[in-house]
Amino acid sequence: MSIETISLSGRKKVVSNKDMTFLERLYLVAIVKGLLITIKHFFRKKATIHYPEQERERSAVYRGQHMLKRDEQGRENCTACGLCALSCPAEAITMKAAERKADEKHLYREEKYAEIYEINMLRCIFCGLCEEACPKDAIYLTESKVLVPASYEREDFIFGKDKLVMPLEMALKNSQLNNAN
Amino acid sequence: MESAFIIEKSVVIVVVFAVTMIMAMYSTWAERKVAAFLQDRIGPNRAGWGGLLQPLADGMKLFSKEEFFPNTPNRFLFVVGPAIAMSTALMTSAVIPWGDRLHLFGRDIILQATDVNIALLYIFGVLSVGVYGIMIGGWASNNKFSLMGAVRAASQMVSYEVAMGLSMIALLMMTGTMSLKEISLQQQGMNWNVFYQPLSFLIFLICSFAETNRTPFDLAECESELIGGYHTEYSSMKMGFYLFAEYASMFISATIISVLFFGGYNYPGMQWMVENVGVNTANLLGIAVLFVKICFFIFFYMWVRWTIPRFRYDQLMNLGWRILIPLSIVNIMITGAVILRHDIAAALGF
Repeated sequence: MSIETISLSGRKKVVSNKDMTFLERLYLVAIVKGLLITIKHFFRKKATIHYPEQERERSAVYRGQHMLKRDEQGRENCTACGLCALSCPAEAITMKAAERKADEKHLYREEKYAEIYEINMLRCIFCGLCEEACPKDAIYLTESKVLVPASYEREDFIFGKDKLVMPLEMALKNSQLNNAN
Repeated sequence: MESAFIIEKSVVIVVVFAVTMIMAMYSTWAERKVAAFLQDRIGPNRAGWGGLLQPLADGMKLFSKEEFFPNTPNRFLFVVGPAIAMSTALMTSAVIPWGDRLHLFGRDIILQATDVNIALLYIFGVLSVGVYGIMIGGWASNNKFSLMGAVRAASQMVSYEVAMGLSMIALLMMTGTMSLKEISLQQQGMNWNVFYQPLSFLIFLICSFAETNRTPFDLAECESELIGGYHTEYSSMKMGFYLFAEYASMFISATIISVLFFGGYNYPGMQWMVENVGVNTANLLGIAVLFVKICFFIFFYMWVRWTIPRFRYDQLMNLGWRILIPLSIVNIMITGAVILRHDIAAALGF
């Protein structure tokens, strides 16, 4: 067997440049064949998803917007170690650490916390590496279907702690659920 | 009597005009729906039930758009272009018999604006004026893409008119009349011309695609090469007129095909209906039958559009001059031979 005749995919076709016959030059046969193909599609089930009413199912590993977690007592987990920023391939995360004061023990779990924690949503690629890097289970990519809203200002896409930290009520509710279980 | 005649004709004309407009309007909706369905989509479905108000929304949008004039040497011609395109598209409907007659108010109302005995010539004349709408608009735009689109459209329409006219001659030799009314009457029952002149029908169909500038022959407005073709510089309702004219002429040519080759308003058993059920019922059914035929051909135009890619320009010209014209001449000769044989047979008394 020569190398020209081997077809590993089984779909190999020899290109032919032969002249078209009279029937082929009339195009009519090919056109009728094409029409039959399209009319089959006319009656086929439609692929459309009526978006606002119906929604496409999300994948099991869907990664939505980030959230900085609180523990059962409502204290922030983040200790501003910077591993998330280090792991981020898009360099979207910045933070500034601060030391916890004596009267702030109910606010932060560790002795060091993130005074400023910012994610640039224009850079973020939602890969989830920050979540994997975090040693304190502080940052998570949620299942939230809310997308980053459009805006005219670049500054609006830099999400600070006001948008990222888990609401206190949610933390308390979670701990209640845990206790119930 | 005179005034009654004038009122009767005015009503017929207004109704025909309105129906043409509505059909053109809903052709745009149908086009989008058919396109969607052929591509496994659903199409417009937000404005009204099934998107039925979509044409109104589109029209409103076009009205509210800015009226833009390019830096053109002749503003008058720039406005005249779409006007010609629109009026030629609408004028053709004057000679089409929509039905036989209705018996109302003690009068026989002929369902046709006018029954001229040169109706076919009239249609060809109006169609060739339609080229000017595109040509003038494209030239007055003062834009090379518009001009190229216009030149393409003009040469394409002129070339295909030749084949179209020749294909008609074979039909005329058979019918012996150019009045669309008489051609309709000759096709009573299932005596459709398409069974006697299939080749003529095929050529006429292909040429009508070229005449209405529809895919696969829409080279005048091929986006990939010419931006928008002859209407690149047009905006607002002038643009709307060009687009609307295309759909109106599509409706008209679908009508002409149905009348010439598919029996027009005739359906099997029409005579029986007239005698036993009543003139009006029989003829209203006839109008409905004609519209079913028209709708099928409009659907066919769209079906073809979303199936076949655009021809290359040299392929288009080859097809027109080197295949369709010789074919239609052969068709004329065959028809002539058959008629001659008939005549000889009749003369010899067979």
